[in-house]
Amino acid sequence: MLVAAHPRRRRWLDAAFLILGAALIVLSLGTLAALLLDLLRDGLSRLSLEFLTSFPSRKPDQAGVKSAIVGTCAVMFVTAVTALPLGMASGIYLEEYARKNWRTAIIEINIANLAGVPSIIWGLMALGLLVYALGLKRSILTAGLTLGLLVLPIVIVATREAIRAIPQGIREGAYALGASKWQTVRHHVLPYSMSGILTGAIIAMSRAIGETAPLITIGALTYIAFLPPSPVTSSPPFVSLSWLDSPFTVLPIQMFNWVSRPDPRFQANAAAAGVVLMFITLSMNALAILLRYRSRRAIRW
Amino acid sequence: MASEPIAGEKLKLEFRLGLTPARRSLRWAKERLIEAGLFLAAASSVLVTLGIVGALGYESSTFFAHVSIIEFLTGTQWTPLSADARFGILPLVSGTLVTTTVALAVAIPVGTVCAVWLSEYASHRTRELVKPALELLTAVPTVVFGYFALLFVTPLLQRVIPNLPGFNMLSAGLVIGVMVIPYVTSLSEEAMRSVPLALREGAYALGATRIQVAWRVVFPAALSGISASYILTVSRALGETMIVAIAAGMQARLTLNPTEPAATITAYIVQVSLGDLVHGSIGYQSIFAAGLVLLLMTLGLNILGFLIQRRYREAY
Repeated sequence: MLVAAHPRRRRWLDAAFLILGAALIVLSLGTLAALLLDLLRDGLSRLSLEFLTSFPSRKPDQAGVKSAIVGTCAVMFVTAVTALPLGMASGIYLEEYARKNWRTAIIEINIANLAGVPSIIWGLMALGLLVYALGLKRSILTAGLTLGLLVLPIVIVATREAIRAIPQGIREGAYALGASKWQTVRHHVLPYSMSGILTGAIIAMSRAIGETAPLITIGALTYIAFLPPSPVTSSPPFVSLSWLDSPFTVLPIQMFNWVSRPDPRFQANAAAAGVVLMFITLSMNALAILLRYRSRRAIRW
Repeated sequence: MASEPIAGEKLKLEFRLGLTPARRSLRWAKERLIEAGLFLAAASSVLVTLGIVGALGYESSTFFAHVSIIEFLTGTQWTPLSADARFGILPLVSGTLVTTTVALAVAIPVGTVCAVWLSEYASHRTRELVKPALELLTAVPTVVFGYFALLFVTPLLQRVIPNLPGFNMLSAGLVIGVMVIPYVTSLSEEAMRSVPLALREGAYALGATRIQVAWRVVFPAALSGISASYILTVSRALGETMIVAIAAGMQARLTLNPTEPAATITAYIVQVSLGDLVHGSIGYQSIFAAGLVLLLMTLGLNILGFLIQRRYREAY
């Protein structure tokens, strides 16, 4: 019984908990630090310009992540084009337009459930539906669509939260001046919530960059020592979409490929790829934190 | 002379409505069109769900045309790819449950203490600093965590447990546990901070110390939010793939001993996907059946979390 305890003992308990909590937080953050240091220790010797600009190879000392970096960029482009417009439009609809009825309730419950679906299940959906039923093969398009749908709930939730933070008075002011609903959204609600939406978009993309399991499921773990065809061509119409059909590899898949080999020289490659991957995701997250912090300070309603 | 007042009337009318009738109906049509477009975007997420359920349901149904559900749910051997194929999902379920239990044994105590500490003990500045830092743990790609589990945590554990195999569920579970700490901490901390100050003040007025207020007043008052965070954490740990695929091994074995290697449901799906998969073969269909089991487990947890939150919500 804590209430009955002697006052001195109670104060001692309080101090002990203060230390325990701080220690556990240090321990959790310490694990993150250990992970970073371990990656750097194992991978830094392999990290060089040559590593970034070489194709994967059977010889561990000559292998690099060129095709993985290009693949990550291409897949992320498709992911962004899928998730951002769709997610923003859904968020706007649910916050600004939707009436409280069963249709809206179904959509909301559905989005909450989608956010809890394990990522490997998305991979199975992509394999059964995109790869075989729709015949999109194991392409950049399939991968980008899969990851785009996977992070869609993150974009929707971020958009809704950003829009909800805008005071009703802003909308009423626009209506009072004769603006229509869409004009109010387009010229007031969206611009003012843009920094919040952008923060969510960055978080969503950083999550997509690190996703491995759904791409393995669609069969992306193959030896790729070439680049997809260029999106810019020399003959009219100068733009080509054939890169969408191209097989690909991405950074986390390349890392998984190397980490699952017993040869420690390949594991050093895995660590180096991990350093590149962590650099990208951590800088994106730092950017998101910075954006959130600045917009919180800049805007006072 | 007569036309002037009419023009004036028309002008007044236009001024009142803001727009001419033609522009008004154009604007009305445009507004409806935009609303319809936005609705379609929002409704597309329902299509995505149907796609998931459809893909898993269809492939699983062909699987269950070959394998009886009884054998699937009660069989103790899982060897779909060998010549003598057996389809008992229990070894995969046991692997999944063991890694998840190890993960929860780390994440729930550590995450809860961190949440209480952040909500009741930390200053505003400390909280603003520590919370985003902790959330970086969820930003680390899981394949990197897998590397860490296999090549850092396992060698470390082998010093304590000498005959620990290179692949084991313990190390994978521990790393998953650390990874999901922020899910417990963030949501629990938010739930505790939304407990009204008056409850704390009342307890302090009765002579309670900070630790008593934290654990006997704030914690019970926020219990619905805290249990929801636990359930989300369980569902994350169940579905974690790369860490177990890299560090826990890929052999399906019916064991509850965390120091042994064993495959989880997710690791099995990865293992099959790594090979050359023949579309329509029983091996191909088996990953959908395994995925369906996982989906039902996580879906059940989501519903449970929703019910707990609704049933035990304290309204202030």
